[in-house]
Amino acid sequence: MTGVAVKRTSAEGLHHHERPALSDPVLARRVLIFLALAFVAVFLGLPLLIVFSSALKEGFGVYLAAISDAETLSAVRLSLLAAGISIPLNLAFGMAAAWLLSKYDFPGKSVITTLIDLPFSVSPVVAGLMFVLLFGANGWFAPLLSAADIKIIFAVPGVVLVTTFVTFPLVAREVLAVMQAQGSDEEEAALTLGARGWTVFFRITLPKVKWGVLYGVILTNARAMGEFGAVSVVSGHIRGETNTLPLHVEILYGEYQFASAFAVASLLGLLALVSLVAKHWVEWQAARRRTGDVIKGAAT
Amino acid sequence: MSVTVQNLTKRFGGRREVVGVDEISFNCPEHRITSLLGPSGSGKSTLLRLVAGLEVPDAGAVCINGVDITNVPVRQRNVGFVFQNYALFRHMTVAENIAFGLTVRKAQKAQIQERVAELLSLVQLSGYEKRLPDQLSGGQRQRIALARALAIRPKVLLLDEPFGALDAQVRVELREWLHRLHEQTQVTTLLVTHDQEEALELSDHVVLLRDGKIEQAGAPTELYERPANAFVASFLGGATILSGRVVRGQALFAEEGLSTAVDLAEGSIVEAFIRPHDVRLAKVKGGTPAKVARVERLIRIGGFVKLAVALPNGDRISVQMPQHEFLEHGIEQGDSVLLDLRHGQVTPRLSYSI
Repeated sequence: MTGVAVKRTSAEGLHHHERPALSDPVLARRVLIFLALAFVAVFLGLPLLIVFSSALKEGFGVYLAAISDAETLSAVRLSLLAAGISIPLNLAFGMAAAWLLSKYDFPGKSVITTLIDLPFSVSPVVAGLMFVLLFGANGWFAPLLSAADIKIIFAVPGVVLVTTFVTFPLVAREVLAVMQAQGSDEEEAALTLGARGWTVFFRITLPKVKWGVLYGVILTNARAMGEFGAVSVVSGHIRGETNTLPLHVEILYGEYQFASAFAVASLLGLLALVSLVAKHWVEWQAARRRTGDVIKGAAT
Repeated sequence: MSVTVQNLTKRFGGRREVVGVDEISFNCPEHRITSLLGPSGSGKSTLLRLVAGLEVPDAGAVCINGVDITNVPVRQRNVGFVFQNYALFRHMTVAENIAFGLTVRKAQKAQIQERVAELLSLVQLSGYEKRLPDQLSGGQRQRIALARALAIRPKVLLLDEPFGALDAQVRVELREWLHRLHEQTQVTTLLVTHDQEEALELSDHVVLLRDGKIEQAGAPTELYERPANAFVASFLGGATILSGRVVRGQALFAEEGLSTAVDLAEGSIVEAFIRPHDVRLAKVKGGTPAKVARVERLIRIGGFVKLAVALPNGDRISVQMPQHEFLEHGIEQGDSVLLDLRHGQVTPRLSYSI
């Protein structure tokens, strides 16, 4: 943001009419590029490099052993499970919420719109504590749960629950923005042509918002795999049972098994890279569609 | 299929305080084009959406062919709706767009293909089957939207400002094309427009709306020649409304700037709806000040000239004449002229609110 602002003011101040209005003196441009790159290198590139180099410091054998360790694999499984459950849940709730908020007007609509963002505005640790207060041994639902012999806190269901909670806004937000931008004319046209609600949803609405949905899913996946705070509160850190990947990294690090800790961390690092590439691809696809429309629209 | 609307009312807002459509009743004759004409905010689009079933009325009824369909959901009404911005399905090809209504009705594939080809030739876009809406011009999109609406053999065709988003030339072409298309299909059509020319040219029946109420309904010539009130007169044909007085069998307006013979009692207060081409004018030097008007501004538009004329009492009136007539008179800006009312509706004024 600051980069853009600086660019504008310097160009306005100079009034060199033979140059395009927004081009800067070469020096200013180089300095800005250097600063941006240096920042990225120190704060993002270096840590990632350290993760991978530390992971491989004691040799590839140790690395392989660390990531194929039974407890690591269990953590991988739990992380995948948490993501695998929270993604479809968020997909369903997120789409429903976005549909509701973009197509209908009702009292309390703005309250719901604000509440959707609650998981983002609350600290993950607090989110975890909320669930402990609800489902924990002394929580509100404790009598019910113990009667039915269901364990949520310090067990897998708790991990899945908080993961779903902290990732909730991601799909809803993305899809809502796309739906609001596109309006409901096409849906109305489909209705007049005789389509039922579900037909309208699957044949008109879903294709319209698919890039928004996919983007939301990628973000949900990244957050679900990487969530630490909220999961840490409800998991109980039981090895081989309620440890997710980030929790496992912390335990290994706490036990001075640095190579193993970094090896497992490198898995999360890889996931982040894959997510970034996927996210970029989806944005590129969506933008290509949009600019395509603009160009063709302008031609008419 | 005729469409009848009875006492239809629709309000908007949290406390239903905004009136969209206020107890409207009218009838669209079968096989004809009926225009819902009015300025923006007059409720014409809301009315169309109520007929389609896209809005639920607060009161009143919509009947097609005498059958009350007020409580029939949109998808069962079998009406063809064309949206102002076309609302084509952007991810579907032209052929898929047109076929949509038939596909959801589970029609047979061969039948669908045949119908799509038939409609594409009807809208003169054969060969465009594989195109996406984004690859079409505005006029082409509009024709595809029409084809899609016609594919389901609708009982009624509803057009919401169908030419609103097009440039002037395409608009005129499409208007003529729509007229021919209607002669072929004979589908009862309701057309929403704010363009009086469009309404007068295309429709057999015009419903003129303002603020959710009907100002006047009837044949275009009827509305044009016998406007029910000042609003109708000024909306259709841009009439100026002048009030005057009857003196010795002559209605005098703007002191004596304009006059015409009338058969009304001496001293009656009268009102005239004067259209720009109802006035003739002649250049004059000197003359009685009470009769002389002045040309304030000239605007040449193609074969016509528009003049803004200041009447003796200061009122302004707009006059229009063909270019050749203008040249014959040799009028220039600032000239003094005498006006003569060639035609104009003079009615006794009902309310005295000067």
